[in-house]
Amino acid sequence: MTNLQKQLTGYRRDNGRVGIRNHVLVLPVDDISNAAAEGVASLIRGATALSHPYGRLQFGMDLDLTFNTLIGTGKNPNVAAVVVIGIEPNWTDHIVNGIAETGKPVVGFSIERSGDLKTIERAAWKTKEFVQYATELPRETIEWQELLVSTKCGESDTTSGLAANPTVGRVFERLLEKGSTLIFGETTEVTGAEHKIIERFKSAEEADAFQAAFDDYQELIRSQGVNLLGSQPTEGNIRGGLSTIEEKAFGNVAKIGKCSVAGFLEPAQAPKKAGLYFMDSSSAAAEMVTLCCAGGAVLHLFPTGQGNIIGNPVTPVVKLSANPLTIETMSEHIDVDLSGLLRFDINLDEAADLTMGIMAQTVNGRLTSAETLRHDEFVITKLYRSA
Amino acid sequence: MTKGILLHEPTDDVGVAVMDLKAGDEIEAVTLEGEPVAVIKLVDDVPLGHKVAMQELPKDKHIIEYGEAIGYAHASIEQGAHVHVHNIRSLRWSGKSQIVKHQEDES
Repeated sequence: MTNLQKQLTGYRRDNGRVGIRNHVLVLPVDDISNAAAEGVASLIRGATALSHPYGRLQFGMDLDLTFNTLIGTGKNPNVAAVVVIGIEPNWTDHIVNGIAETGKPVVGFSIERSGDLKTIERAAWKTKEFVQYATELPRETIEWQELLVSTKCGESDTTSGLAANPTVGRVFERLLEKGSTLIFGETTEVTGAEHKIIERFKSAEEADAFQAAFDDYQELIRSQGVNLLGSQPTEGNIRGGLSTIEEKAFGNVAKIGKCSVAGFLEPAQAPKKAGLYFMDSSSAAAEMVTLCCAGGAVLHLFPTGQGNIIGNPVTPVVKLSANPLTIETMSEHIDVDLSGLLRFDINLDEAADLTMGIMAQTVNGRLTSAETLRHDEFVITKLYRSA
Repeated sequence: MTKGILLHEPTDDVGVAVMDLKAGDEIEAVTLEGEPVAVIKLVDDVPLGHKVAMQELPKDKHIIEYGEAIGYAHASIEQGAHVHVHNIRSLRWSGKSQIVKHQEDES
């Protein structure tokens, strides 16, 4: 039996959504609650603390995005249950109530009037209960189209545009045909190829929303009195042979193959129905994957040229590369070796078969390279200064 | 002959070296499907992943890859030469977009 025909298994949550991991999270609302969250996770086997540096004195859209990222991550179907810890009860309850919409077990603790130690004790009791609940949940048979899959490329080079990105594109074409829900993004990195995305939108209204977000980023760059020539392409991209942002962008958009785009998503927003969505997002790998995770992605495809080593604590990141030098020197980070495409040993369909085989193994519980190497980057996108 | 240069489109100005290439090497440039397009004699060493000029590219010409302009020639470029940040520039963030567009329209 080939990997493609292999039965897929996952966790079907109370709201009908399907996950491929079964995490119990200890989620700090704010930076000063990281210590308590890490305290709980160090006591209880099977619990994961998601420390981060924000959550205090943010306001407006920036605060909303932090809240949406925390709530979205808790709601992700790869998460079985969540213990939320914040300094005070109001924002803590806001996060708890957001996650509770899924019907999954979630409870909040606040540190004021208890202190770290009593909070850790109470939260640890609850976390132990949640881990035992989660580890009793059975895996069930699931279908490809029940998975929300995202993509973003990193440390790209010309091999990304020639091989690894078109392979993701072919996989996306197949998943879209099955009725899957898919996310891509990277608003600044499509500069020079933005017309290629606009022509893929099915509705003018959604295309306009994309154009507005794109123009916003360009204006932000202009307003700083700079351009991105020093950082786009990155030093890694240039070393790999990419010369201009346009060249990088044409390679980038190869990740969506011939798929049409159903809609535009705000950062961390979850798609409401099936189709391929563009999410407004930074091109920094950890920020973008964290936003996809908050949008509900349960599996992420990450093509790389020079070898970006990123992972995520909730959403498994499958790393694909076609660069023989990267595969030789950084093999512990690469899940799918696509260098055969550059030697004509395999064609794009065979490369997509290979990738979907590894995806199936990952869905069924095999840890990705990034998971085994503890690449648990959880990075909230900060929009502007705090008050 | 060694298939060492890959082209996104047969009409592209540049192809990508899929192995380290040396000046003087005669290398076959092929499409992603393996169809032969041309034989190029390298005039520079070109490392894996870097671009090779498929033809002579005059200064200010738009450089076509993926069938699209990825920048413009900052200096004139010989056939078989290494094409990278030393001889091409972005059209987008260089303020050159209009000027170079005009040049291309004339050619």
